[in-house]
Amino acid sequence: MNQVYLYILVAMLTIYLIRMLPLTLIRKEIKNPFIKSFLYYVPYVTLAVMTFPAILSATGNSISAWAGFIAGVIIAYVDGNLFKVSLGACAVVFIVNLFV
Amino acid sequence: MEKTILQESKYQKRKANKTNFIQGLKAGIPIGMGYFAVSFTLGITARNAGLTPWQAMVMSMALHASAGQFAAINVIAASAGFLEMAVTSFIVNLRYLLLSSSLSQKISSKTPFFHRFLMAFYVTDEIFGVSAARPGYVNPCFVYGAAIVAGPSWEIGTFLGASVGNILPISVANAMNVALYGMFLAIIIPPAKKDKFIAGIVVLSMFASYLFTVIPGINQISSGFQIIILTVLIAGAAALIRPVSDNSNEDPINQESNPEV
Repeated sequence: MNQVYLYILVAMLTIYLIRMLPLTLIRKEIKNPFIKSFLYYVPYVTLAVMTFPAILSATGNSISAWAGFIAGVIIAYVDGNLFKVSLGACAVVFIVNLFV
Repeated sequence: MEKTILQESKYQKRKANKTNFIQGLKAGIPIGMGYFAVSFTLGITARNAGLTPWQAMVMSMALHASAGQFAAINVIAASAGFLEMAVTSFIVNLRYLLLSSSLSQKISSKTPFFHRFLMAFYVTDEIFGVSAARPGYVNPCFVYGAAIVAGPSWEIGTFLGASVGNILPISVANAMNVALYGMFLAIIIPPAKKDKFIAGIVVLSMFASYLFTVIPGINQISSGFQIIILTVLIAGAAALIRPVSDNSNEDPINQESNPEV
C-alpha cells in the first residue's frame, strides 16, 4: 500500500501548484480596473456560493439547518465576530435538534 | 541615528507580526472546530477505502482540501493511474486558482517569495476567507496563526476518524457541521451591511447557487465547477457594473499597522 503515498504526492504537487502559482506569479498590484475589481469581488461570491444552499444539508435536519443559517446571518449582522457567529450558529442547531 | 531608526522599525515589525499571529490564532479556532467535525467523515471515508489512519493523516497534512481529498480517496480506492490522480486533483481544486489570485492582491507586493511559498500551502476556503476579510494587506503571520490552529484539527480529526470512527455524539457533530458556514457568514455579512451593492452580490450568489442545485442538467455539474462558474459570472458582472476605485481595498491606516515581515 506504499503506492498510497505516491498518490498523495501526485495530488499534493497538483494542488500546491494551483495554490502557489498565482501567489508567486502575480506579485504586483493589478492595475487593470476590471481584473482588479473582479478579484475584489471573488471572496464575497465564492463564500456565499459555498454557504448556501450547502448549509441546509449540513445538520441532518432542514429545520435546524435553516435555524442555524438564519441565526448565523443575524449574529453576523449584529456583531460580526467570527467566533460568536460560528459558535452561535452551532448552538442554535444543537438546541433546535433537541426538539425536532 | 540611522541605526536606531532601523532598530525601531524592526521592533515595530516584529510587534505587528506578533499581533497578527495572535489574531490569526483566534481566527483559527472556529475554523479548527469546523474542520474537526468534517475531518472525521473524511477519516472514515479514507478507512473504508483501505487507507491506514497514518496515510489518511498524511494526506490531510499534504492536501488541506476537503472536496479534493474525498476525490483523491476515490482515485486511490479505484486504483486508477497517477495521471488520473493529477487530472482529478486539478479539476476538483481549480477554484483555488481564483482564490489565490484574489489573495495575491491582498498581500503586499513586497512580500518575499518564501512567504508566498509557505502561505500557498494554506489557501483553504476558510483560511482564504478570514484573510480576505482582513482590513488592508494580509500579514503572512496572520495566515500562519490561523494555520497552526486549523491545520492540526484537520489532521488529527482525520486520524481519529480513520482509527476509531466518529467519537463525537451525533448531536454535537451535526451542530459543529455549521461552524464553517457560520464563519463564512461572519466574513460576508458585515461588509454587506455597510455596502448595499455587496449585499446584492451575496444574495444573488446564494440564490444562483441554489438554482444550480435544482435546475436539471446544471445540477449534474460538480460543486467545484459550479463554484467556478458562478464566481466568474457574478464577480465578473459585479466588476463591470461597479469597478472598485483605486484604494477601496486598502485602508492606509491598517497598512501602516500591518507592515511586511
